[in-house]
Amino acid sequence: MSVEFLQYLFSGVTIGATYALVGLGFAIIYNASHVINFAQGEFIMIGSMATVSFLAMGMPMPVAILLAVALAVVTGMLLQKFAVAPAKNADVVTIIIITIGASILLRGLAQVFWGKSFHALPAFSGNEPINIAGATIVPQNLWVLGVTLVIVAAVSWFFTKTIIGKAILATSHNADAAKLVGINTNMILLFAFGLSALLGAVAGIIVAPITTTSYEVGIMLGLKGFVAAVLGGLGSGVGAIVGGLILGIAEAMAAGYISSDYKDAVPFVIILFILFFMPSGLFGSRGTERV
Amino acid sequence: MSLLKVSGLTKTFGGVHAIEDLSFEIKKGTIHSVIGPNGAGKTTLFNLLTGVYTPTQGAVSFNGESVSGKSPHYLAKRGMSRTFQNLQICMNMSAVENVMVGRHLHMSHNPIAAMLRLPSITKQDKACREKAIELMEFVGTGQYIKTNADAMSYGALKRLEIARALAAEPEILLLDEPAAGLNGTETAEVDELIQKVADSGVTVMLVEHDMKLVMNISDYLLVLDYGKKLAEGTPEEIRNNPAVIAAYLGA
Amino acid sequence: MFEKLNSPRTGGLLALILAVLILPLFFQNTFHYDVAIHVAISATVAISLNLLVGYAGQISLGHAGFFGVGAYSSAILTGWDFGWSPITAMLVASLAVGVLALVVSGPILRLKGHYLAMATLGLGIIIAIVITTEDWLTGGPDGLSVEPLTIFGLSPQGEAQWYWVFCVVLIASVWLSLNLIDSPVGRAMRAVHGSEVAAQVAGVDTTYFKTLIFVMSAMFASLMGSLSAHYSGFVTPDIAGFHHSIELITMVVLGGMASVFGAITGAVILTLLPQMLTGLEDWEMVIFGLILMLTMIFMPKGLVPTLLTKFRRGEA
Repeated sequence: MSVEFLQYLFSGVTIGATYALVGLGFAIIYNASHVINFAQGEFIMIGSMATVSFLAMGMPMPVAILLAVALAVVTGMLLQKFAVAPAKNADVVTIIIITIGASILLRGLAQVFWGKSFHALPAFSGNEPINIAGATIVPQNLWVLGVTLVIVAAVSWFFTKTIIGKAILATSHNADAAKLVGINTNMILLFAFGLSALLGAVAGIIVAPITTTSYEVGIMLGLKGFVAAVLGGLGSGVGAIVGGLILGIAEAMAAGYISSDYKDAVPFVIILFILFFMPSGLFGSRGTERV
Repeated sequence: MSLLKVSGLTKTFGGVHAIEDLSFEIKKGTIHSVIGPNGAGKTTLFNLLTGVYTPTQGAVSFNGESVSGKSPHYLAKRGMSRTFQNLQICMNMSAVENVMVGRHLHMSHNPIAAMLRLPSITKQDKACREKAIELMEFVGTGQYIKTNADAMSYGALKRLEIARALAAEPEILLLDEPAAGLNGTETAEVDELIQKVADSGVTVMLVEHDMKLVMNISDYLLVLDYGKKLAEGTPEEIRNNPAVIAAYLGA
Repeated sequence: MFEKLNSPRTGGLLALILAVLILPLFFQNTFHYDVAIHVAISATVAISLNLLVGYAGQISLGHAGFFGVGAYSSAILTGWDFGWSPITAMLVASLAVGVLALVVSGPILRLKGHYLAMATLGLGIIIAIVITTEDWLTGGPDGLSVEPLTIFGLSPQGEAQWYWVFCVVLIASVWLSLNLIDSPVGRAMRAVHGSEVAAQVAGVDTTYFKTLIFVMSAMFASLMGSLSAHYSGFVTPDIAGFHHSIELITMVVLGGMASVFGAITGAVILTLLPQMLTGLEDWEMVIFGLILMLTMIFMPKGLVPTLLTKFRRGEA
């Protein structure tokens, strides 16, 4: 393995990990409610921008992060309660437009309160480069990978081992049946939005020291998270994570070996290519339509 | 002469046989019913015959032409038409427009002429609308001509589907539980309607749970059980078939 | 007589023509004309997008890509490198977009719901990125200037003349669309939306009709892209971008899916609203997002269909 390759791989996995977290957020909401939340990217923005602004108020880093994540979670729940829930029987496109409206609103609020300039978060533990087999990474890369691993493990534990997690899965399979066995499906949906906001916010915060942040950072990151979720097959958590990593690595390789101009196009080329051959993504279910 | 010939038809879903090695023939101008308990594969059979599903194995020939694996719209062109157990009505259109869709194969599909509303299109469209209205009256939904499909009752929509299927002027009409969910009076009306359709020369294939209706109007019956043929014959023969009595009627 | 006026084809078209004729009486400066022209351009594209999304039920989140290819092709082909006549460039661009749409429609239109949304979104974004990146051809982020439009020796001068050009195009496209919707082709398209399997067993080749409307709608967007490029005399990559795509689909959904006049209403609102909100400066986005959300939450079927239902119910 050449040093160059290793270097691209590291940066690809780092950015891919954030796509994976955002994609997982898409998957969780899609699973619980069959809604694609186009405001998902704004949780990334809220997480990172709120941390920046809490730090500026003089709070210590951990408190700032905690508050920022809490803010995103509350926003996610409000979004579900007041924007998505009232429109639950509307057309797919109508709900897409509602969540786009929400993302414009959130972006607008961010711009009013936090301004339009770019910010960088300080790295969590310094910028001393680390040398691995000739490739150089900064400690923040390890933070991104570590936090992502912990979160993914926690989420998978949550869905397989806890009552609420199982209730979310039950609701996604059959909401009516879930209601019948006494699951409060409204609470479940609220919870799903909160959880996916949490994932988005965390992704935004851990990657901000590397990529910087602004009120508009959520647009592209959100779209790529959506690509990750679709690539894996909508509703598949594992799929979203794998999808995110594939995108991140492919993007870094393309930027390194081909041209960085087309870096942003790579995920979209990949998704078109995959959908051409696998219309339900890599791990999506292919059901026969019943008539 | 047989209009439809099925031999060795098999469909599996993930290893489970929904239809297994099924063979039968349907004669022109008859009413041929398919009965069997829930899950016997009746609707699957319809989906296979009309091209909605592709058979795993076996052959279907229609008017002497091998048609297994052909698309639904190709089969429609060859003279096959059907209704659905769970309604498939276009709720975004009016009742009469739904029936007009049924005449699709008899219409011009030139988009340029349609956009320019050339006189030939207008004329053809007017005739199509009149034919559709006529059919709606024929099936007894004449009062809904200006209604939107989403404002109609279940029973009326069931009959609207029959009108749409007839609009294609099919050689064979496959009706999937046309009386399901209807009350006694409505069932009697549908019974009469099917008879009227058959009298007009259309071969009818029918899936139905209402035994009285089936025994009344069918010329032949095919009894399915777990995707396999249990028995076949006239209503009289079926009524006296010990296997059928044991497996189905006796239950 | 009254029945006829109540129908969209006669009544709606007459109302539109009247509005187009009367509006200039209230215009005080070229800016007013310019806004009206932008409404007309957007409305025309939204109508063709509505045929695809509202009537045939196929989501497209990348339509601005086709608009952008049309605009850039016209800019490049009429420029000094090629020197084509605008009308040839426009038609060739539209044909090229048609071929592009045809090529991608095969795999794309097999997709459903969110997968189709993803694919069209991706296609649009790729087009926008190519336009931004290939600066040797497109001028990159700085854009390109475009030659004025000349057709058979005629060349519209100034906003007032362009206003009439775009209004004629708008009215023509309304008429053509209304005709199409109420024809066998239109019914087949709508049946694909209503119940794809029912359409198939009625003999509708659903793949063909989905492709037909996708290609037509893309070619139409390209033509409008070309025309608007000649009008503004300048093109930038924004016109092909994700935001423009979203703006177009929002016009369709806000005004009302499966409603020609809904698409026009959506275009009017989405063009005028930002103009009216500019006084709010920083709060513009907030209010805009809020209005968008509230309208869709309380009128999920869109403005025109919702209001029409209310009106007809009140009448009965």
